[in-house]
Amino acid sequence: MEDLLNKAETQEYFINMGPQHPSTHGVLRLMLTLDGEIIKKVEPHLGYIHRSIEKMSEKDSYYQMVHLTDRMDYLSCHINNEAVCLAIEKGLQLEIPDRVKYIRTIISELTRLSSHQLWWGVMGMDLGAITTFLYGFRDREMITDIFEETCGARLTMNYNVPGGLMFDIHPNFQKRTKDFIKHFKKKLPEYDELLSGNIIFTERTKDIGYLSKEDAISYGVTGPSGRGSGFACDVRKRIPYSAYDKVEFKEIIYTEGDSFARYKVRMDEMKESLYIIEQLIDNIPEGDFKAKTKAVIKLPDGEYYQRVETARGELGVYIISDNKKNPYRVKYRSPGFSNLSALDTMARGGKIADLVAMMSTLDLVIPDIDR
Amino acid sequence: MNFNIYDFTEFIISIDNWLKQLLSPGLAKITGMALIGVTFLLFVTLLGLSIVYIERKVCAFFQQRLGPMRVGFWGTAQTIADIIKLIFKEPLATKNSDKFLFNLAAFIVLISPFMVIAVVPFAKGLHALDFDIGLFYVTAVSSLGVTGILLAGWSSNNKYSLIGAMRSGAQIISYELSIGLSLLAIVILTGSLQLSVIVESQRDGWWIFKGNIPAIVAFIIFIIASTAESNRGPFDLAEAESELTAGFHTEYSGIKFAFFFLAEYVNLFIIAAIGATVFFGGWMPLHIGNFTFFNEAMDIIPPIIWFFAKVAALIFLLMWFKWTFPRLRIDQLLQLEWKYLLPLSILNLVLMTIVSLTGWHL
Repeated sequence: MEDLLNKAETQEYFINMGPQHPSTHGVLRLMLTLDGEIIKKVEPHLGYIHRSIEKMSEKDSYYQMVHLTDRMDYLSCHINNEAVCLAIEKGLQLEIPDRVKYIRTIISELTRLSSHQLWWGVMGMDLGAITTFLYGFRDREMITDIFEETCGARLTMNYNVPGGLMFDIHPNFQKRTKDFIKHFKKKLPEYDELLSGNIIFTERTKDIGYLSKEDAISYGVTGPSGRGSGFACDVRKRIPYSAYDKVEFKEIIYTEGDSFARYKVRMDEMKESLYIIEQLIDNIPEGDFKAKTKAVIKLPDGEYYQRVETARGELGVYIISDNKKNPYRVKYRSPGFSNLSALDTMARGGKIADLVAMMSTLDLVIPDIDR
Repeated sequence: MNFNIYDFTEFIISIDNWLKQLLSPGLAKITGMALIGVTFLLFVTLLGLSIVYIERKVCAFFQQRLGPMRVGFWGTAQTIADIIKLIFKEPLATKNSDKFLFNLAAFIVLISPFMVIAVVPFAKGLHALDFDIGLFYVTAVSSLGVTGILLAGWSSNNKYSLIGAMRSGAQIISYELSIGLSLLAIVILTGSLQLSVIVESQRDGWWIFKGNIPAIVAFIIFIIASTAESNRGPFDLAEAESELTAGFHTEYSGIKFAFFFLAEYVNLFIIAAIGATVFFGGWMPLHIGNFTFFNEAMDIIPPIIWFFAKVAALIFLLMWFKWTFPRLRIDQLLQLEWKYLLPLSILNLVLMTIVSLTGWHL
């Protein structure tokens, strides 16, 4: 039998996963080298949705460049906007009213929640449980309704402008947010019941897609994916911005480094987000919703860097200004790009089905990778 | 012609006699066959249409939405509209695919459900075939379907299809063992492979209640293994939408795709029908020992309604699985069969023999 197996010639073969594939969630192309079902190599191929957002930002004024960032990581668009605004405000050395900081933080956390809800639904769908997708969307709907009432948009919100917010919050905002928290606290155990406790799900994710802490740091894997490997990288905790220094919350860290750890980080993070919102929602201070800014912003000569924690990890905004009405150079350090780079290390030796689970736990948003 | 909803035997015989009176013996036989063939063709089509509609509604129920609502009353005409669309769609074939096998595969997958449905006893006297090796025939014929799937995957000239087909091959061949062994457990009790005898033997109670613990274990194994054999979730690895796009039928379109679709749903019905016949008494009403009054009250409901109610309940159970559980991985799937289900079903068979010999069953 041994002889026969040795004589039998096996051949590695190549398969294109994407750009059109249901589980790449966009136009990501993975070039897989396979031996049967076992993955030998994964080569991500980018560029199918490149829109040169960085170059376009150089042509635009500082007010205009904020809007482009919506289209990077569309699931945490508010946080992207906030990052750019914070960088510009840093350059202008503006004093931001407390009210703005509080509202920004609350909406950031709501955005994180809605992103994680969608991720949870899609994660289930990638593993074959289609029902979770609808459950995730059901609860996400309440958040998008709150957003719609606040600023008129549901997905790409554009609520931030350099210096503050575009409008004040709607009178219903606090009440509806509290209603949502009450509703979602009841639904979270349901999420655990349906997926986390399911034996098939745990078998599919435990000890799968292992990423060590060293690898996570060297690839720059941040956000929940990095924290699943024990890399304490929460920007909200390390370098607080907006109102994060005024609230208390736990930085969720799991050290297992497998798909299940990354899953658990996000599940626990949803609870923390609810806790953060609960602390802030009743204490929004009175005041202006926008600091006074000039009609044309000119940043003084210099380089400005601001990092924030999006739902996917650390987003860095780097602006070089030469004292004109548009930036000299803009660079975004997007979390998805760095997280994707670790996929090959994680996937080698696994099965095709594992790769799908890993991509889900990395929570990739393709426009965020390409920009 | 005397039609009796409780016993179809005389009705079938009277049709036969009527044909013999009208035509010569040879012609009568051929006409009879054609009649049965057309009946089954219509029945299967109707079955496919209604189960697809039911699945969409059940799935919608689990997912807290409405499902099809626009075409016809409560969306009842939706599946008919879908079929019309599929018929008029252009059947495409990929470049360099093996055209002959590619076309043939779509028909082969439909053969096995048609062959199995012939022995299903729908009510007393209402079956096309009733011979002494009925259950053996069912297990033998139902494995033909894998040929169609393998051919489809191979001839599509698509790597995803090939992976799906290979998965499906490994899966169906493995799980057939468990199905056979779990059905054998009941055969030990009845002492016959003939489906009508199996149904008759459950006159004073169904085997799931009478057969002690091994009957329940056998039913659980049967329902798991048959879900796997029909390639339905959580064992839908051959299709695995999120991994292999659609597995073996990725490249099929139009009416040929509809054949794969139909075969899947008719297989679903067959699993439920065999399960209901062997474990839940088929068309036999619910009888409890010597509670004469209760038994007579149950007898008022016609057997054909009993049969379809049981089948519907089992189909609902299978749909419940599909819309709740995530999918297994291929190695876990094979592990489940070879390491757990197969030894368990062999053990169960031994246990059943002991139960049968000592008379611990009712």
